Formats: sequence, structure tokens, C-alpha cells
Amino acid sequence: MAYAGGVPKPGFRPSMLIYDTRYRSLTIQLIVLVLFAFGVSWLINNVIVNLAAKDRTFDYGFLWNRAGYDINQTLIPYTNDSTHGRALFVGLVNTLVVAALGCFLATVLGVIIGVLRLSQNWLIGRLMTVYVEVFRNIPLLLWILLSFVILTETTPSPRDFRVTDEMIAAGQAPAARMFLNDSVAITNRGMNVPAPLFRRSLGMAGIGEFQISLNFLAIFAVIGASAIVNRRMVRRARAIQEETGVRPVTWWKSLLLLFVPVIALLLALGFHLEYPRMTRFNFSGGIEVLHSFTALLVALVLYTAAFIAEIVRAGIMAIPRGQTEAAFALGLRPGRTMNLIILPQALRVIIPPLISQYLNLTKNTSLAIAVSYMDLRGTLGGVTLNQTGKELESMLLMMLIYLTISLMISSVMNIYNAAVGLKER
Amino acid sequence: MAESNHAFVRTAILPPQAPPLTEKGAIRWLRENLFSGWFNTILTLAALWAIYSLVSASLPWWLNGVWNAGSLGECRAIVAERAGPDATGACWAMVRDRWHQFMFGFYPQDQYWRPTIAFGLLFAAITPVLFSGQKRLRTFMLIGVVAFLVATLWLATVPMLPAGLTIILMLAVLALAQVRPAALMWFTVIYPALAFFLLWGGSFWVPAAAMAGLPVLLLAYRLLLPWTGVGIAAGAGIGLALLWWAVLDAPVAAGLARLAPIGLEPVASDRFGGFLLALTIGVTAISFSLPMGILLALGRQSDMLLIKTLSVGFIEFIRGVPLITLLFTASLLLQYFLPPNTNFDLILRVIILVTFFAAAYIAEVIRGGLAALPRGQYEAANALGLDYWSAQRLIIMPQALKIAIPGIVSTFIGLFKDTTLVAFVGLLDPLKGITQIVRADIAWKGIYWEPYIFVGAIFFVICFGMSRYSMYLEQKLKRDHR
Repeated sequence: MAYAGGVPKPGFRPSMLIYDTRYRSLTIQLIVLVLFAFGVSWLINNVIVNLAAKDRTFDYGFLWNRAGYDINQTLIPYTNDSTHGRALFVGLVNTLVVAALGCFLATVLGVIIGVLRLSQNWLIGRLMTVYVEVFRNIPLLLWILLSFVILTETTPSPRDFRVTDEMIAAGQAPAARMFLNDSVAITNRGMNVPAPLFRRSLGMAGIGEFQISLNFLAIFAVIGASAIVNRRMVRRARAIQEETGVRPVTWWKSLLLLFVPVIALLLALGFHLEYPRMTRFNFSGGIEVLHSFTALLVALVLYTAAFIAEIVRAGIMAIPRGQTEAAFALGLRPGRTMNLIILPQALRVIIPPLISQYLNLTKNTSLAIAVSYMDLRGTLGGVTLNQTGKELESMLLMMLIYLTISLMISSVMNIYNAAVGLKER
Repeated sequence: MAESNHAFVRTAILPPQAPPLTEKGAIRWLRENLFSGWFNTILTLAALWAIYSLVSASLPWWLNGVWNAGSLGECRAIVAERAGPDATGACWAMVRDRWHQFMFGFYPQDQYWRPTIAFGLLFAAITPVLFSGQKRLRTFMLIGVVAFLVATLWLATVPMLPAGLTIILMLAVLALAQVRPAALMWFTVIYPALAFFLLWGGSFWVPAAAMAGLPVLLLAYRLLLPWTGVGIAAGAGIGLALLWWAVLDAPVAAGLARLAPIGLEPVASDRFGGFLLALTIGVTAISFSLPMGILLALGRQSDMLLIKTLSVGFIEFIRGVPLITLLFTASLLLQYFLPPNTNFDLILRVIILVTFFAAAYIAEVIRGGLAALPRGQYEAANALGLDYWSAQRLIIMPQALKIAIPGIVSTFIGLFKDTTLVAFVGLLDPLKGITQIVRADIAWKGIYWEPYIFVGAIFFVICFGMSRYSMYLEQKLKRDHR
């Protein structure tokens, strides 16, 4: 009556390493580990041999050496006596500025286009479809190059803006005109726009090399404080509404809270605009915005907006019609239906791909190379790399920085996803 | 009855009246679609104004286009003569003069038939994979390809003999593709070697010997399969094939080349350019990134910690850096990572890095498809007793890939658009490389709309075609039971 052999003996045979699923994964991982370690050591060995053959070392000391080159757009103080490390930061700031502005503008444009594409209006719907298809199916590089070429080759030279005494005497107008009440001039060198200045400036503050303008800091602080106070006020109004059923009027208080402190601060600081003026050969005063910056920004915004429009459209279409109908049945007006019912649900669909578009846009700023805009790749991966010959160090550092930016953006996305995700079971 | 009290009783129903004028036909359509409310009316008027200003600004430019001129100055003179001194006009003569550079880069002119035939055969190769079920679509596509090829060969003034042979060969293969697409599977397998031979030329035996690795693999697998399991047989097959490629391949090819020197004139990589380059990189990277992406996605889903870590690390690293840095890695850093004095072709290096780049994105798309599958599918596959690879091949992947089709195709479109970035490592892509050369020519200096419109239009046609194909495929594979 005994089972043949009874319970199999718990023993270990070498063949179980291959045929037993409990051990097979260990075997495979061990093989992969050995191969991986072998591959990595092979690569590192090659690097050591190659560096030795070229008589080079692997160190980041060059970041503290004098850079010796100029950067045409510097948002933090920089001269060619500064270090390569500082040039790196200038480039990083330039990258981040384009990326942040680009994300903001592309979102605005993309949302408008996405909503218009869903409009009942046949003509507008078709136009927006054409926009989306054209911009999505043509490389970004083309848009960058085309906008740069148009900006630099079709605009007048600064000389055309000049008004000489003979011209006034003859009643002649200059060949080119400034826009917007004589405040903006687009030449083939750049775009001259008014500069914000403060008569009673607070000066700069900071530690060592990293200085920051106190004026802008103060303005941001005041705006932030106003927003917080406004939010508390609105929250209180809502609490009163919940309790009594009557909502106190808030709109004029909001306006006052949001705008009066900032305007008062600007007046106190003596805020004024300095307009660009034509001197003998070129414009002086104001800020000269480089065409490379404008072209890159415009192209990135137009291109990414097409993708964002599709995301917004898909998000809104993903909400079943029943939701709208149910909201109407409850007696909500269309505006409140949108705000309270549709958008909160649509945003859950929209935000993750939207953030991955932000990620794409940030990475696409590296196409600045096409128009010689000095972003991170232009400084660290461009001039610094060529001057010092530190290809390995520069490229690895640059990849690390881009990787850090990307991981930061995607971790924000993960936090958001966890916060708004449907709580199931 | 009460009938007599009524003066009139209708005994038949009246025919319905015609709807009011504003409620039918074009007027109704206009009212509903363009002028339903003040906001829509404003939008319509704004759109009409935008279209009008665009058309009125650019229509003369299109209409005054010049096709026959030697330089931009000549173009402008012709436009001024034809339409007045202030008129604008496109100068398509540039395209007529330089189209071959946009298409082939600096590929030798008398060898244009080679990339052309390779391009035509590409369609024969993809037919069994992409168009096997659809007879009408296939016919349209193949007729289009033949027409395109004849036009290109004629425009490129290819000598009669190769042109005639090319067309006959093409017609034969394409006819086979039309009649029995499944029979062309073997052609799909050998196509990479054939395309390599046609594009780069050199000895016929180099790609032939490289292809011979595949029969070695298959033979070892088949012979070992009854004795060992799938894993060991496949491993041994791959090992033997690697051995063939590492040790025997080169001497065999050299020996055969000495015995029977067959070959085409070799063309160096730096002569590739234009859409030839974009398509070479794009098609190769697309076809290799899909299997690699599938493997990476499976690795990321794996229970084995090490495999999972490596896959995640690879995917996140590649997705976290811009493609440009990877291309610079291909051109600048690879010399550090490879043994000293190894130097292989820049195009090949770029293809490898672009493939990695696309594979990481495709892995994420496929991971989405895998996550969308209900757990029951995995459990059912296990319950049927299928092992891991059979379950993946028969149950999981067909469904996951179907869900992932839109994402995969948009990754491919992105990849094809990104092939323009190779300009920054010194290759002659159509957009920046070739256009820069054309614009640097004294005859065409100052021309900018025409080259960008020309190149952009071709990119648009290819990418838009791909996205339409994916929508069609999605429709065809739709199996929801609603």
C-alpha cells in the first residue's frame, strides 16, 4: 500500500539548476551577472588603455580652470575670465529657461488648439486638424532651422532703422519701423525689447559667486504671499457657504489682494521700462533677445503644442458623455460641469502624457546646437569640450545632468499619479 | 352622429410641408456648423480671415513658381519679367537642379539604380509582414512603388541595361509579392544582406557569408532540439552562429571572393546622404528596435531581480538623455570604449545608438500594453501548461502588441523624424546637411522656403502615411465584443 518511492527526497542534483524552475532563474541570473561584470570590466579596461595611449587622465579639474570664451546670452554674471564650471551653469540656466518658457507656452497653445479641435465649428475643427498633422509629421529640426532663417534673413539690418538729418529734411521715412509703439525692433541681429529697470533698486544679494537680484525676489515673494492670502480668503468664503448656504462676494477682494500689493511694490521700487533706441550703428538700451533663442523657443512651442493638443483632445474625449448628462441632470450649469465634473476626470488622463511631453521638450532643447544657442550642450558639450579635449568627462557629466533633470520631472509625475490615481480596493 | 355639426372634416393626411429655407440644405449646414451662436460666428470669421490672409500672401508665390533656371538670380529675373518687378515667386528650379542630392547625397551618379532598387525591394520585403491580408491595398502600394521607381530611374538617367534589368527584376518580385505574399518570407529574411550589398557594394561574399550564420544557428537548433530543451538548443545555436561570425566568416568570405570575384563597385559611407541616409538609418533602426524593445519590456516585467534592474537601468538611462548626446557618444566616445584602433563605420555606430534609443521607448510602450492585459490571460496561459516563451508568443504578445500599436508606430514616426539629427555628427541628412550645402552654393544662396518645403513635404508624406497605416491596422485588429 505504499506509494512507489513515497515523497520525493528533498535533495539537490546539479541538473535541477537547469530543469527546476526554482533554481533556473538563479542560474540565468548568475550567467547574466558574470556576462555583465565581464562586459563592464572590458569597457573600463578599454577606457583605461585608451586614455593611457592618448596620455590623458580622467579628472574634472578642468571645471575650475579659466574658460576664456564668451557666451552671448548670460542670465547669471559671466565673463570669459570665469571658470568652465561657471560656463556650465550659464548653459544649464539657458537650457532651463528655454525649457520652462517652452513648457508654459506650449501648454497654453496646446490646450487652446486641443479644445478648438473639438469645437462644433467645422472650419475651426478642420484648421486645427491641419495644424496638428502638419506640425506632428515634420521634424522639429525643420521648424527650428526655418524660424531661425526667417528671423535672420528676412529682417532689416539695424542700419535701416536709422533716421539721419538729411532724411528728416527730405521727409523720408526710414526703411524699417519698430513695432508696438516704438518699443520693439526686430533686426537681423536680434530682437530689441524694453528692459525692466528699477529706480530705487534693492541691489543684489547672495553667497560668493551666486548673486540674485533682490528686486525680483521681492516681487516673487509678494506675488506668492498675495496668492496664499487670496486662497485662504476663498477657502473661508467656501466654509461660510457650506455653513449658511450664502456665498460672500469675493471677486473684488481677490482682485485687490492679487494686484494691489504687486503694483504698490513696483511703484515703490520705481519700476520703469527702458526702450531700445537707435544710436549710430546699432540699438542701445533695452534687452537684445537673440534670434537663436527666439527661433528655438518658437519652434519648440509650435511643435510640442501639436502633441499637447492631441493629448488634451484625447483626455476630454475619454470622459463618457454620461458624465456630462448626469451633471446637467443634477442642474449644474455648463461652466460648473466643466470645472467640477469633466476637468478633474480629464486631468487624470491628460497629466501623465503631458508631463512626458514636458520631458521631451526639455530634451529637445538640446537641438539648440542647430542655431548655436549656448545651452548646456553648447557650453559644456561644445566649447568647453573642444577647448579642453575632455570628451569623456564632459559628455558623461552632460548626460548625468540631463538624466537628473529627466528623473526629477518624472518623479514629479509619479507623485502626481499616486495622488490622483483611482483608489481601488 | 355628430358629423353634421362640422362644416369640414379632413379625410386624408396632408403631405408634409417643405422645411423652411433656413432649415435645409447648405444653409442649414452653414447655420449648424459655422454660425451657431455669436462665439462660433466670430471663430468662423477669424478662421476665414486667417485663411484669406495666408492664401493671398502665398498664392502668387506658388503660382509664379519657376522650374527652369540656373540660379536664384535667374529665377528672380524670370519672375520679375513674367509678373512684374514686385512679384514674388517660388524657385523650384533649385529642386530640379539638386533633387538627386536631396535623395542620394553624394552617392555616385552612375550607381543611383542601386539604392533605387534596394528601396523598391524593401516593399517586397515588408509585404509579407505588413500587407499579407489585404489584396487591394497591396495592389495600390505596389503600383505606386513601380511608378515611383520607373520615374526615379528615368530622372536619374540610369543606363539602359541596368535600368531594364532592374525593372524586370522588380516587376517579377513585386508580382510575386502581389500573388503570393506568404511565399516572400524567405525574401524578407535575406533582404538585409541584399540591401547592404546593393547600398555599400563590395564583394558579394561578405554579406552572403554573414547571412550563412543564420542557417548555422537554425541547423544547430533543429539538431539539438530533440535531445535538449528549447533554452539549451537556442543557446547552442546562438553560440555556434557567434563562433561562425567571429572566426570563420571573414576567411570564408575572403576565400570565396578570391575564387569567384563577384561584386559591385564599393561606395564609402561618407557618400551617403539625403533621404537615402534617412531611410537607411530609419528602416534599420525600426526593424531592430522592435524585437529589442520587446525583450527589454519583458526584462522589465521579469521576476528575476538582476534582469529587471538591468532593463530598468538601460531604459531609464536612454530615455533620460537627449538623442543628441547619444549621437555624440557614437561619434566621440566610442573610441574610448572599444579596444584601441578599432574603428568602424560612423553610419553603423549611429544606427546602433538610434536603435537603442528607439528600443527604450518601444519597451515602455509595450510595457503599457502588457500592463493593460487582464491577469486572467497570464493565469490561463499557465493553466494550459504553456511554458514562458510559448505563453508570451501565443497568448501575451499578440494581445499586448495589438494594444501597443499606436504607441509603437508613433515611436517609429519619432525615430524617422529624429534621423535628421545625424547632421550634428557630420552626416548629410536631407534637412540640415544637404540643405546647407545647397544654400552654400553661390547659385542658390539666400533660398530658404523651397528646400525646407520640399524636404518637409517628403517627411510629411512618409510620417503621415505611417500614422494612417497604424490607424488602419488598429481598425483591422479590433476585436472588442461590444
